[in-house]
Amino acid sequence: MSFWEYANPVKFLNLSAAILPYFSIFAAITIIAGISWGFFFTPDDYKQGATVKILYVHVPSAFVAINAWFMMLVASIIWLVRRHHVSALAAKAAAPIGVAMTIIGLVTGALWGQPMWGTWWEWDPKLTSFLILFLFYLGYIALWAAVEDPDTAADLTSVLCIVGSVFAVLSRYATNFWNQGLHQDASLSIDKEEHVADVFYYPLIVVMVGFVLLFVSLVLLNTRSEIMKRRAGAIMARSRI
Amino acid sequence: MIALIIRDLRISVRAGGGFGLSLAFFFIIVIFFPFAIGPDLDLLSKVAPGTLWVGALLACLLSLERIFALDFEDGTLDLLATSSLPLESVVISKALVHWLTTGLPLVLLTPFFGILLGLQNSNIIFLIISLIFGTPALSIIGTFGAALTAGMKRGGLLLSILVLPLYIPTLIFGAEAARRGIQGFETQNSVLLLLGVSLLSWAILPFAAASVLRINLR
Repeated sequence: MSFWEYANPVKFLNLSAAILPYFSIFAAITIIAGISWGFFFTPDDYKQGATVKILYVHVPSAFVAINAWFMMLVASIIWLVRRHHVSALAAKAAAPIGVAMTIIGLVTGALWGQPMWGTWWEWDPKLTSFLILFLFYLGYIALWAAVEDPDTAADLTSVLCIVGSVFAVLSRYATNFWNQGLHQDASLSIDKEEHVADVFYYPLIVVMVGFVLLFVSLVLLNTRSEIMKRRAGAIMARSRI
Repeated sequence: MIALIIRDLRISVRAGGGFGLSLAFFFIIVIFFPFAIGPDLDLLSKVAPGTLWVGALLACLLSLERIFALDFEDGTLDLLATSSLPLESVVISKALVHWLTTGLPLVLLTPFFGILLGLQNSNIIFLIISLIFGTPALSIIGTFGAALTAGMKRGGLLLSILVLPLYIPTLIFGAEAARRGIQGFETQNSVLLLLGVSLLSWAILPFAAASVLRINLR
């Protein structure tokens, strides 16, 4: 029994079919519970008023947007090293979800920024690097769409993902160097040295867990449909012969 | 490798090589900025570093598709891939030729364009330094992008979408170095970082580009 057994598409389909309902249900429960807890049962911030509550969507979506790219990087490396098709398809499946999360992060940030900073947009390092991340996602998806042969596409996008990661990190530091920030420091950190007040902290953790579960279930769902799409293609090709 | 460099240089300089095209394009972009912004020299000298950097970047982008497309079409690339020369060296020579025919002439023309945009003579040196250190990175990153899209019929637009995000760190550090120099701040950090980006790109991207080429030639 090893983890790599699930690189077999059939085993992967069986496993994902078994766990997908649990993941989606738990995602729904934690997101609904966390957001209603955060929206209705926490006090307003003394400076920001009710706008602080956008935090419960903004922080988790930003967190998932960044880690989706990281997951794609890991999946790409696995594809290049071990040639498991499921891995390549999982990377492909994660990209649109990452884009959606990036857009949610940017839009909720703008909605919050308008009343608080007095502007929808500011060329702040964190905001700018998020916009750059969005561009990287677009390039990655465009390359998948442009190449016809699936294995070639998987190879090319994997290399692009690795090179893109290096340059995305460089861009992050470049933007830091380039402009002073307005954006506040990390809202969360594992060692708890800098984070928001406890009242906001616990519901936020619940929503974060929910968003991660949501991401996992969406990736599983997308990967399953990619595998099935490829199977359907194979069946069609065979019936034509 | 030297023979390959000389061959590519000859091809690009002779008729149909498009050697002058990207320079003319750069020239036109620089002329268009005063038309768009207005003839105020004070304002123009403020945006000059950014204008010249964006112009250089776009001129570079324009000539990228050419790097591998012709060799891919007529089969030269297959021969190069099966020759004893490692594909990494082929990539390096292609990028070098691209820099010699695009980046270097851009740097050499910068003093004249700086005058057009109202830059002081003493300030033009900062632009030249930032472009000298920055354009090699543009060439090798662009070569990687060209290798990614080598097999495609109409890779031009895709190429820009893939390459432009990768240009961001170079552009930020390069334009920052030029701007700081012109405004009289210290420039050492940004120049060193720019050089770092260039060296890093030249160190890792030949391998990435060669592996991508092998995939495309399969």
